[in-house]
Amino acid sequence: MDQNRKVHQFKNPVLNWIEFRLPIISYFKKEYGDYPMPKNCNYFWSFGALATITLVTMIVSGIFLAMNYTPHTDMAFDSVERIMRDVNYGWLMRYLHSNGAAFFFIIVYIHMVRAMYFGSYKYPRELNWILGVFIFLLMIATSFLGYTLPWGQMSYWGATVITNLFSAIPLIGEGLKTWLLGDYNVGNATLNRFFALHYVLPFVIFGVVGLHVAAVHVHGSNNPDGIDIKSKNDSVNFFPYMLVKDTVAMCAFGVAISAVIFFGPNLMAEVDNYIPADPLVTPAHIVPNWYLAPFYAILRAVPDKLGGVILMFGAIAILFVLPWLDTSKVRSCNYRPIYKWLMMAFFVNFFILGYVGMLPAEGLYLLIARVGLVYYFGFFLVLTPFIGWIEKPNKLPLSISDVYSKNIEQTIGGGEKGIPSPAMQKDINL
Amino acid sequence: MAKKPNNNRRDFLQLSTLTLGGIGTAAFIWPFIKSMSPAEDTLAAGSTEVDISMIEEGQSVTIKWRGKPVFIKKRTKEEIEAAKMVQASDLRDPQDDADRVQKEEWLVLVGVCTHLGCVPLGQKLSDMKGDYDGWYCPCHGSHYDTSGRIRKGPAPTNLDVPPYSFLNDTTIKIG
Ligand code: HEM
Ligand code: FES
Repeated sequence: MDQNRKVHQFKNPVLNWIEFRLPIISYFKKEYGDYPMPKNCNYFWSFGALATITLVTMIVSGIFLAMNYTPHTDMAFDSVERIMRDVNYGWLMRYLHSNGAAFFFIIVYIHMVRAMYFGSYKYPRELNWILGVFIFLLMIATSFLGYTLPWGQMSYWGATVITNLFSAIPLIGEGLKTWLLGDYNVGNATLNRFFALHYVLPFVIFGVVGLHVAAVHVHGSNNPDGIDIKSKNDSVNFFPYMLVKDTVAMCAFGVAISAVIFFGPNLMAEVDNYIPADPLVTPAHIVPNWYLAPFYAILRAVPDKLGGVILMFGAIAILFVLPWLDTSKVRSCNYRPIYKWLMMAFFVNFFILGYVGMLPAEGLYLLIARVGLVYYFGFFLVLTPFIGWIEKPNKLPLSISDVYSKNIEQTIGGGEKGIPSPAMQKDINL
Repeated sequence: MAKKPNNNRRDFLQLSTLTLGGIGTAAFIWPFIKSMSPAEDTLAAGSTEVDISMIEEGQSVTIKWRGKPVFIKKRTKEEIEAAKMVQASDLRDPQDDADRVQKEEWLVLVGVCTHLGCVPLGQKLSDMKGDYDGWYCPCHGSHYDTSGRIRKGPAPTNLDVPPYSFLNDTTIKIG
């Protein structure tokens, strides 16, 4: 090998020793130390970091749960109850894990809303976005598999209904379903394999997160104005500025999740899941985890079995091609007077879909779900391409610092460039 | 690396290596895929014998067969009439009542909704039985008639009839 290659020099001889053999120190310094963050990024940009620590929390709490969990239909329910009652701090592990899953989705949804509203999915970050949607898919799979493990009524019937979706596929459907279950209905073979997959998928997610972050670091982070970094004046180093900001966000998140774990650990749980699974009795209302309810609403809004399944998966799949559906060159919705409101309506619509997804699919609720479904797809397939063509965007600032200097001129009348006070910062996100 | 006279030979070698490698990989993956299919003991789940002498007219019992609920119903005269009255051609999954029973009064069904697999209500007297007085699936609202045929709602097909036989007047063997 080339003995003359340039090696980074650090003060610490141990770091130098490592760096010479494996240039990992300089990699971390580049990616997480000197990495330039656009200086106008707001707290929306902390949700990636939050998602990462939540993933780590899920993996750690999961491993400790697995030490006491038994993946057998006769024992699974009791082993979870034993975790809750007899295992030291078992209740904490479990509440951390079940509520952690819900918070994981909340965080990732906000993270995605951020990417959509500020147009982060556009050139040159398309692959970063695609990897993100892929992570989202893996998360859905993981949480579905995990929800089966406590082997309560919701676990059993949720697994039954969802795996039956595959039987809608013509010709191969039934066979595929049987193959997935390892039996003709959800049973011990199913529980065993679901546990094995639930254990491994989070580590796969971890790997994809690595690629996802690496991809965004190539061209740098987007920002609320959706314009590129043009000079050193436009950015701050990740360390310490962004790290400190992320830490503040993590503290706030810690307070929120602790409040739920300690004061309302079952707020987001379904009571029926505290009844052991019974293959002969279906609960009156089968509901999915609330964070997957919008997709469940879409499934039920369609009167045809296969059609419902296609649209439900299509609702996620369509996210993959969003970068090519959007015809506007302007990233941030702050500069898109029409699309901005359609985007907001999309978020509200998604929320409403989730709400009706938890209610029985009849009468008015069914009608609302159908209207919501039309807007969901209409937004992506019609509004997004079309508005991009006809909309006249607002004038973009010349650079990120430009946003600040104009603002400072207006407020204090000087031409000084610099970091404005938080009060001023508020005005910037017009 | 430009095109040289031996190009054809090289292409051939590349192609055959790739093909062989592909076949080898597929052959290696197959056992893994197949290991996920139902195991032999699962397939051998077998049959169940049920004593039906205790079942009253109009009553229906649920038994477990291969992990699934099976409904055994002794139908009333009215229920049989209602089931026979229907024109098969008007149905989503056309089938005559006569093709679904061996003895008119005994209806045997797999109690699994053909939509997404819930257990329909209608076994207990207090249960909702749906618009056609048979069974009603609460999950997404499928209505089945007194022959277990789908009449309304998202389910695509009628409730399955399992393989069964009458061992004698009071015993049914399912499976
Ligand atoms: C992406 C990360 C993960 C997500 C989103 C996730 C999600 C879930 C969910 C929703 C449940 C059901 C909780 C309940 O209602 O009780 C669950 C249960 C479980 N998970 Fe995870 N999980 C993750 C990672 C892991 C990992 C890495 C393990 C390691 C083995 C694990 C082990 C378990 C076990 C043993 C249970 C059953 C005990 C219980 O129900 O509390 N999980 N998971
Ligand atoms: S499972 Fe019965 S209606 Fe959907």
